[in-house]
Amino acid sequence: MQSLTIEGELTVFTAAYQKTLLLAFLNTGDELEINLSKVSEIDTAGLQLLILIKREAAQSGKDLSFIMHCKRRLATSELPRFGQAFGEQATFAHNEE
Amino acid sequence: MNLDKDMQEALATFITESRELLQDMEAGLLALENEENRETVNAIFRAAHTIKGSAGLFGLDHIVRFTHVVESVLDALRGGNLAVSTELVAALLPCCDHLNSLVRDVADGKLEENQDMADSGKPLLAALQPYLKTPEATETGVVYRDHAERVGTIAGNAIGTGNWLLFLQFNENCLRDGMDPLAFISYLTTIGEIVDMTTISHAMPDAGNMNPESNYLGFEVILKSEVAKESIESVFDFIRDGSLIHILPLENRIPYYVELIGSLTEDNAQLGELLLKSGVITQRELEEGLKVQQTQAEAQQLPARIGEILVDQRVVQQPLVNAALDKQKEIQNNKIRENQTIHVDAERLDKLIDLVGELVISTASASLLAMQARNTALREVNAEIISLVEEVRDSALQLRMVPIGTTFSRFQRVVRDVSKELGKDIKLAISGAETEVDKSVIEKIGDPLLHLVRNAMDHGIERAELRTAHGKPAQGTLRLNAYHSSGNIVIEVSDDGGGLNRDKIFSKAVERGLVQPGTALSDQELYALIFEPGFSTAEQVSKLSGRGVGLDVVKRNITALRGVIHIDSAPGQGTMMSIHLPLTLAIIDGFLAGVGDASYVIPLDRVVECVELPVDDNRDYMELRGEVLPFIRLRQLFRKNDSVSRRQNVIVVEHLDLKAGLVVDRLMGELQTVIKPLGKLFNHVQGVDGSTILGSGEVALIIDVPTLLRQVACSGNAL
Repeated sequence: MQSLTIEGELTVFTAAYQKTLLLAFLNTGDELEINLSKVSEIDTAGLQLLILIKREAAQSGKDLSFIMHCKRRLATSELPRFGQAFGEQATFAHNEE
Repeated sequence: MNLDKDMQEALATFITESRELLQDMEAGLLALENEENRETVNAIFRAAHTIKGSAGLFGLDHIVRFTHVVESVLDALRGGNLAVSTELVAALLPCCDHLNSLVRDVADGKLEENQDMADSGKPLLAALQPYLKTPEATETGVVYRDHAERVGTIAGNAIGTGNWLLFLQFNENCLRDGMDPLAFISYLTTIGEIVDMTTISHAMPDAGNMNPESNYLGFEVILKSEVAKESIESVFDFIRDGSLIHILPLENRIPYYVELIGSLTEDNAQLGELLLKSGVITQRELEEGLKVQQTQAEAQQLPARIGEILVDQRVVQQPLVNAALDKQKEIQNNKIRENQTIHVDAERLDKLIDLVGELVISTASASLLAMQARNTALREVNAEIISLVEEVRDSALQLRMVPIGTTFSRFQRVVRDVSKELGKDIKLAISGAETEVDKSVIEKIGDPLLHLVRNAMDHGIERAELRTAHGKPAQGTLRLNAYHSSGNIVIEVSDDGGGLNRDKIFSKAVERGLVQPGTALSDQELYALIFEPGFSTAEQVSKLSGRGVGLDVVKRNITALRGVIHIDSAPGQGTMMSIHLPLTLAIIDGFLAGVGDASYVIPLDRVVECVELPVDDNRDYMELRGEVLPFIRLRQLFRKNDSVSRRQNVIVVEHLDLKAGLVVDRLMGELQTVIKPLGKLFNHVQGVDGSTILGSGEVALIIDVPTLLRQVACSGNAL
């Protein structure tokens, strides 16, 4: 099981760099895990990067999961909500949780 | 209460309108009984609403009070709080009747409520009580709730719980421009609550081509918000360029908006306006749609309809556009009706017809003179005038033409009530309702039709047990049909009942001494017997018919309208009575004949043929192709003592299988002529229908063929 912890912001400013990082990580094994608990801020660019990497993994038959502090797996559909947890700009109240 | 002249006129309009509305209401209620239909419910409600409103204008408080209760029930029906039931219709129909009586009282000048009416109204209102949720609003305290208020509440409710569906596909460069879609979505939480959200990522290319600084994501957000569509839209003001932003009412809200659109009271309704008014689209969306339409028009393409464009641009769903289109049509229809209908005093119309009649006569005399003067140019001009006058006459007569449908639909109620009374299940099928006929004919045909309908229901259609025993559907059908046939209108009343019983009619006729036992009668002759006064074969005298009163009156009335009635009947299959009536009573096609120095007009539809009188040997009959043809000598009939001309002619006339020859001196050809009734003084004169003024200025009598033929038939029996 390969694991990658993303630190700092996951936004449009770091997206280009993070993309190469994530794509490279994708080649490190078949069972992958990306830890997002250290991400300080995420925006749409970050979100779509995570969606991209998830899709790429699925296409090449790899098992990729995102985990937060509690190591809970996140479904892709949860990503937008997950995005809510980061950064001041993208914070919005959600009553269902 | 004293009303000035203007008010009087307005009141007259109110009375006419109310009667029409009540008729619509009744028709609507009866239609509801068969099939529940939103439109019908709305129409009935509007009728009641209008009557109440107008009555209020005139201070007719008792009508307002009564109508208010009816309206409240209808409102509940309209709002879906109440279901249509036979009982409800049965409770509402008498209310219609009562309103009719109230309006009639007003027409009679009784503007205040009288005690009798109030008493008869109370039980009707009491019958409506079970259908009302708030009984306190009934007796006194009239609460006015107009459309505007209603729209307000619907609008309030819809938005209060209103959910919106947002499709957001921001432009590709938004991230580079420093705008983060998630931030906008997050901002939405300041105006509402995000119930659900889905990310759409299929626009994102594969990893190699994906630019991490471009935006590929789309979002579908379900927002629960109290604000208007504009406010939601304004959230995306900064990011709109190059983005796809659609804000739609959520699927499950559509019915609310459909209702909202339906209840809008717009005068000038463009489709866009309606959608805008109901809040499903915004001003900007509408303008954009119109711009697209404009561009298409400029590009010489066939521009799409604004509704299509709006749906295309996903600012609104198709059902909402449909609702708005329906509403638009409804408004337009109302407008068309308003624009196209004017109430004209029947007297003025009659005066016009009368004048046109005179004009016809004058042109006839002008053309006669032109002929005598042998002036070709004058004759040509005259011919043109005649054709114009004929057109004027036709359109003037057209003015009096009304579709027979209104008369027919009155029978819905009759059939319903009578079938209840008789305990039979009978439905009324109407066809040819659009067939037009002169108003004066319509007015006079109502009673005869009523008799025929009742007769058919009572005697014609069998009881359900008998019907099923004969393998017929238990529900009987009564059919009213009308159509035009060569200058006549034919009205058919048919039933699918047992048909006429030949033997019974015959024995009854013998019993009454109308025919000799053993006489051979044709079907028509036999059937005609049922129109004899006091003739009834019903063993049991029922409340409705069977007393032998009715059918002879029917025949008299129809004859008075210059019409004939035919019966067709097949045992076990039913009976059809067809009434043939002239389209108009004012003008007839006639055949002009001369006796001595006088002229007579014989209605052309009675004329079969003309033959020369072979040798006048003073017999009162001649042989015509092997048949004996009795004569009526007009010279004798009208006691003209001048010398008999050498050559006489016979005009063969026919009415209901009776045939006779009218002996005249000269045949002067066909003419179209205006009937002038004879004065009251000549009411008792038999054999003459009226008079007309010929082109030469002469007066000619119009021969009443049916009466003459009957006389011949009587004297023939004596022979």
